[in-house]
Amino acid sequence: MSSSVLENQPVAEEPQRPRKHYLNAAHTVGSWLFTTDHKRIAIMYLISIVIFFAVGGIAAAFIRAELTSPRGIMLSNDNYNKMFTLHGVVMIFFFLIPSIPAVFGNFFIPMAIGARDLAFPRLNLLSWYLYMIGGLFAVLAMILGGVDTGWTFYTPYSSMYSQSQVVLTIMGAFIAGFSSIATGINFIVTIHKMRAPGMTWFRLPLFVWSHYATSLVIILGTPVVAITLLLVVVERVLHIGIFDPKLGGDPVLFQHLFWFYSHPAVYIMILPGLGVISELISTFSRKRVFGYHFVAFSSMAIAGLGFLVWGHHMFIAGQSMYQGMVFSILSFLVAVPSAIKVFNFTATIYKGHVSLDSPMIYAMSFLGLFTIGGLTGLYLSSMATDVHLTDTYFVTAHFHYIMVGGAISAFMGALHYWWPKMTGRMYPELWGKLAALLMFLGFNLTFFPQFILGFLGNPRRYHYYYLQPELQIYHILSTAGATVLALAYLLPVFYLVWSLFFGPKASSNPWGASGLEWRTASPPITQNFEETPIVTWEAYDYSSVPDLKEEAEKQAQPPTPVGG
Amino acid sequence: MTHDEHSSHHILPIRVYVTVFVLLMVLLVLTYVAALQNFGILNNVVALTIAVVKALLVILYFMHVRFSTRLTWIYAAAGFVWFLLLFIAFGDYWTRNLNVPAPKQWEPPITLTQPKISDSDHGH
Amino acid sequence: MAIEATQGAVHEHTAAVAAQDEHGPVHHQFEDIEQQNESYIVGMWAFLVTEIMFFGALFLAYAVYRWKYPLVFIEAHKMLDIPLGLTNTFILLTSSFFVVLAVHYHKLNRRKLAATWLFLTVLCAFGFLVIKGFEYGHKFKVGHVPGPNFTFELPASASPEAKEQVTVERAQLFFGLYFAMTGLHGIHVLVGILILTPLAFMILKGHHHVVDDYIPTEMAALYWHFVDVVWIFLFPLFYLIPLH
Repeated sequence: MSSSVLENQPVAEEPQRPRKHYLNAAHTVGSWLFTTDHKRIAIMYLISIVIFFAVGGIAAAFIRAELTSPRGIMLSNDNYNKMFTLHGVVMIFFFLIPSIPAVFGNFFIPMAIGARDLAFPRLNLLSWYLYMIGGLFAVLAMILGGVDTGWTFYTPYSSMYSQSQVVLTIMGAFIAGFSSIATGINFIVTIHKMRAPGMTWFRLPLFVWSHYATSLVIILGTPVVAITLLLVVVERVLHIGIFDPKLGGDPVLFQHLFWFYSHPAVYIMILPGLGVISELISTFSRKRVFGYHFVAFSSMAIAGLGFLVWGHHMFIAGQSMYQGMVFSILSFLVAVPSAIKVFNFTATIYKGHVSLDSPMIYAMSFLGLFTIGGLTGLYLSSMATDVHLTDTYFVTAHFHYIMVGGAISAFMGALHYWWPKMTGRMYPELWGKLAALLMFLGFNLTFFPQFILGFLGNPRRYHYYYLQPELQIYHILSTAGATVLALAYLLPVFYLVWSLFFGPKASSNPWGASGLEWRTASPPITQNFEETPIVTWEAYDYSSVPDLKEEAEKQAQPPTPVGG
Repeated sequence: MTHDEHSSHHILPIRVYVTVFVLLMVLLVLTYVAALQNFGILNNVVALTIAVVKALLVILYFMHVRFSTRLTWIYAAAGFVWFLLLFIAFGDYWTRNLNVPAPKQWEPPITLTQPKISDSDHGH
Repeated sequence: MAIEATQGAVHEHTAAVAAQDEHGPVHHQFEDIEQQNESYIVGMWAFLVTEIMFFGALFLAYAVYRWKYPLVFIEAHKMLDIPLGLTNTFILLTSSFFVVLAVHYHKLNRRKLAATWLFLTVLCAFGFLVIKGFEYGHKFKVGHVPGPNFTFELPASASPEAKEQVTVERAQLFFGLYFAMTGLHGIHVLVGILILTPLAFMILKGHHHVVDDYIPTEMAALYWHFVDVVWIFLFPLFYLIPLH
């Protein structure tokens, strides 16, 4: 592969004695827990979100196992409700929302713009602590009996009737919300004020653009849901009745406020993913992203439009149908910037010098799965079809195509792509490819049957379907797929950890990528760069990459396969 | 110190603050006086306009936005613009019980056996 | 790079920590004081944006229910004490003026004056909370606090339409919003006191974190002005609902 060729090139640093970098700068536990280094905080985030991912994954495993039988085989009604709530709460608030921003954004935004750190390093550390405290609340709620409202906490069930740990869980989500607000503010200021000399807005990698858009969504949306959830707690404790129709309140108001954040929250999860994919597609096609400006602005458009479509979650909730029509049309508009991205990524690959390393396989999976997820979204944003499909497995399949097929594929792609930079080690490429392919297959096997289930009318969040036993085959297919998927997520844990100790040392730029983060050592020093870089090239200008100058010249001639 | 090079370091004469404060006090009195008058449907408009003017004075002068960078302007404005987006929800409340009758001439091409949509059904 | 290999990683770390403690006005991640100051101001505004949205959700809830139950809001708001509300508005506007003077004198590097105005601001904040406390206390006494003991009675002079629309639950809704919004605002006032008081003391003592540059004071002041702006809207919306 191309990596092996580049590894033979002399590395700028002297390799004789152990080089000092951010990982071995200090070894005490305190040097991690009280660090203000964005790279170390990113690593702490990585470890913690992987733990939460495992918790959410185990809950998913229970759900899938339960659904293999039309009558339920292991969980009581109550426990099933608690299980899917746990899955939703943990996966959304404690995995997907922080996943790419808090790990890769944290690590690579300062590096990609040539800064020494984020603008507010202590705020960054605080955000990790808030995240952990929020997580502890959620875990505590789980230990004390769990919560059964679904991750949406719909009122008045959550505020008046549920007998489970609603307050604790909401406090967890509330505190975690402030953690992501802190991250958002940090990114915004960093991107505005910390760019290296010459790093203009239109020289920024698209990864940074998408994180800027994400941060805007975070700071504009998260406070709304925070106060809304707080109102649910107040209502539960004091019985005020802001959302309880029996006391004069309007439960649909809760849904308005909740989805004002929680629909844009979907873009908090997917926009960073789209940013990662921009990097991967460009790097592994050796081409500038096609239509750079359009992709950059489409991130901003998604962030803006994302705030105007929340009502499509409420078509059958008692919302005015006239308002529903407006939301329906606006929802269709979001498809435009999303499609711009997908088309431009595809155009980038076209006639590119494509190398199918494992990050690229994840990126390709992303393109396909995100497209399917996006297109099925159009069925759901049309009011007429939505009436049939709401609250069925069609919805579940749709958003898992975006969240898992999209966001988690991007997360895994990012993890493999930046692993050499973060750890200084290469992972075994063959295993990487195997895991990526398994994920694609397992994912489709899990969630494609759910489209059919939903279309056949199987409602989500029910664990009995004995009135329609013919649905069992789809559920069994889905569970089989989930097993493959679990394997695909477990594999990287093993070979990535293995690579930490036995993997070959990574060069500073194993992929021949063009970003600034690849122009410093792997792993980087605490200050990121020996001296502040001065940017004189455009984004994705592969002729500017030092190690690649020769290759770029060769590429002017008919492309020849690189390496063996 | 690099006082004069940078806009946010710009030191306003103290009388600007005093003037703004006096204006705020006048507006405060006006708030109360206006609340005692009846402007009909404009009651809320008047009250909120006075509040907005007061807020603008504080934001532009006390918070120095008027003399700040464009970036500060954008963020100061973004918060309030996005706040207004929340009120899109009123589209729901205003039209939730609205019934627009179907055009009179329109006849279904086939006779429906199911009950027709009645007035009490708002189409949820 | 220049550090000797024998010194080891620990040395560099402690050096970095020491550098952080004695960083002077510019933190290590910034190039110069300009960049740092602008970052702090933008960051503060981004934070205020979140604050606006934080209160925004409550304002929407307020608007929805006031639109839905206009007579309830009119009848229930008569239980609020307008003179006290007016006094509190006066106090907060004045405190905003004081804090801006503190920033002004800090810019001129006249630390004692800056601290004095900050202390006066804190005094105003306490005054505000004390008056608010009296108001809340009165509500407790007459049973206007949402919860199991909530009571609400329409005056006999109320119009028949009002008698039809106003129920105890809906009145409780009004007071729920009143306590939620003024309570959240009150918490912000409290936080303001907790920020401004130490700041004033630090300025007085000449602590280098706050006297190297006026930006910390400016940020605290921005927060305090925001608290004032929220009250500018809360006051007419709760205390001065038009009767017609």
